[in-house]
Amino acid sequence: MSVLVILAVAILVVTVLSVGYGEYPISSIAVIKTLLGRSTNNPDYNFVIYTLRLPRVIIAFLVGLGLAIAGTILQGLTRNPLAAPEVIGVEAGAGLAAVMVIVLFPSIPIFFLPIAAFTGALIAALLVYGLSWNGSSSPIRLILVGVGVGAIASAFTSLMITFGNIYDVSQALVWLSGSVYGRSWEHIQALLPWLIVFIPLSLLGARELNTLSLGDDVARGLGSSVEWQRGRLLITSVALAGASVATAGTIGFVGLMAPHLARQLVGTSHEGLMPTAALVGGLIVTLADVVGRSLFAPIELPCGVITAAVGAPYFLYLLYRNRNA
Amino acid sequence: MKTVLTTRNLTLAYDRTTIINDLNVEIPAHQITALVGPNGCGKSTLLKGLARLLKPKSGTVYLDGVAISKRYPRGVAQRSTKDVAKRLGLLPQSPVAPEGLTVRELVAQGRYPHQSWFQQWSKDDEQFTTQALEITGMMELSDRPLDSLSGGQRQRAWIAMALAQNTEILLLDEPTTFLDLAHQIEVLDLLYDLNQSQGRTVVMVLHDLNQACRYADHLVVMRQGHIYAQGTPNAVMTEAMVSEVFSLKSRIVPDPITATPMCIPVTRRWLRMST
Repeated sequence: MSVLVILAVAILVVTVLSVGYGEYPISSIAVIKTLLGRSTNNPDYNFVIYTLRLPRVIIAFLVGLGLAIAGTILQGLTRNPLAAPEVIGVEAGAGLAAVMVIVLFPSIPIFFLPIAAFTGALIAALLVYGLSWNGSSSPIRLILVGVGVGAIASAFTSLMITFGNIYDVSQALVWLSGSVYGRSWEHIQALLPWLIVFIPLSLLGARELNTLSLGDDVARGLGSSVEWQRGRLLITSVALAGASVATAGTIGFVGLMAPHLARQLVGTSHEGLMPTAALVGGLIVTLADVVGRSLFAPIELPCGVITAAVGAPYFLYLLYRNRNA
Repeated sequence: MKTVLTTRNLTLAYDRTTIINDLNVEIPAHQITALVGPNGCGKSTLLKGLARLLKPKSGTVYLDGVAISKRYPRGVAQRSTKDVAKRLGLLPQSPVAPEGLTVRELVAQGRYPHQSWFQQWSKDDEQFTTQALEITGMMELSDRPLDSLSGGQRQRAWIAMALAQNTEILLLDEPTTFLDLAHQIEVLDLLYDLNQSQGRTVVMVLHDLNQACRYADHLVVMRQGHIYAQGTPNAVMTEAMVSEVFSLKSRIVPDPITATPMCIPVTRRWLRMST
């Protein structure tokens, strides 16, 4: 419990710093005053904070939340510490669908992009699950098929980029790298329903996940309806990952890192792990966003680049540690 | 003799390879049954079938006359998998726990079938978990992660999980694999105690024929997916059986401690020396 409180405080601190930071700096005290609805003597603050900066910070937090839970579920389901939405092809599927829309229908309203990304994620997941399911689906099969489907999706994405119009392609590349730049309350409204439905479902699935992570035979012996529970949790995970990618592009390695860091804090049991990982994920992306904005200011790095810069070595470290498994 | 688990014309297969063919077996209640046989004879597959983990190609598994396998004849009563888990516990061969899982967390998993969506952790759950930890002597180690324990301690933790499930019937697939001799005896003694003091029915796959004879009331010998013989160790363990089932020349002598049959293999080295 105290871990959750500390994480929440850390997130609030980062939020205040992130909202205050920018070309038009605002002091932390003024940020807190404005957020609490107290009047400050500068009328610009309301506009800068509420319209320009707060939505992107909230988006960063929510996207981190969704990706982290999606990753936690996948790692529990597959009993594989290397599993994450980007590993089983879900993020690649979402990316392909979005790039396809950008390149093939350049005139289509930007509003359709999230829907396309979500559809792609779902198709990739169904494809992976369908191909890996033969009477009963084994965890290793799921990962292998996922890597394959992810590779195919990435190949098609490259193809799209090669043939696409140069202006559309640059737009697609920004989106692919994962960024919360220019996000507004509208984006939050689009993302929130998914989180409201699927985060409670994830938390309710925590106990099932504990049982499934002991292996199929043990779980069946304990009376778990393994295929049904696995399918249900997989859809929950894909919905959260798809909605997150739809909102902010492919922010990689959050779904991989957050569960591992959370495990160090609270252990393996999913009742505690799930909410902790969620907050860790939220913290990672909010932090990545503010770091990306400040590192080479005024040039802005997408937060997906920051999470990849930290996450890729972490992934290699995990690979190294699991080299004998 | 009262039976708890029975199979009727059970056929089990992986994809198209049939492992168990048209098999009928009855597991006696409140006794220890050992399944023995050479590698690949189907004893582990039969145990999985008895635990309703495999959907039969044909035939049915009954628990107290109620079908528990996914395939069953029309008109026969069937029990839900969670209800079965309240009566029948299973320990598969060399299970693996997620990294960092503590002994207590593992043992608490045994309470899964007794919980539901609205009823989470109860007093019973707490009591049976503590009891299982005590019986297996894992209390002092309960907060340690499983991966920090020795093979014997780990196996005891898994048995504790099966005990916390509080089932009358325990099915175990080679509970002594990877354990040294002292730990093998420790695990088997523990199962014997549970059978004696609480009348639990134990069914286990064992590799060591002499241990099977020492601990089992009922011996089921399998060969190529069929039951070759079953009965008390005294009735079943013969030189002819060992020769036919295991293709091994042996002498059967009384165990010097328990007087149960003991199989002494006749090895090539000895044959050469004697000629």
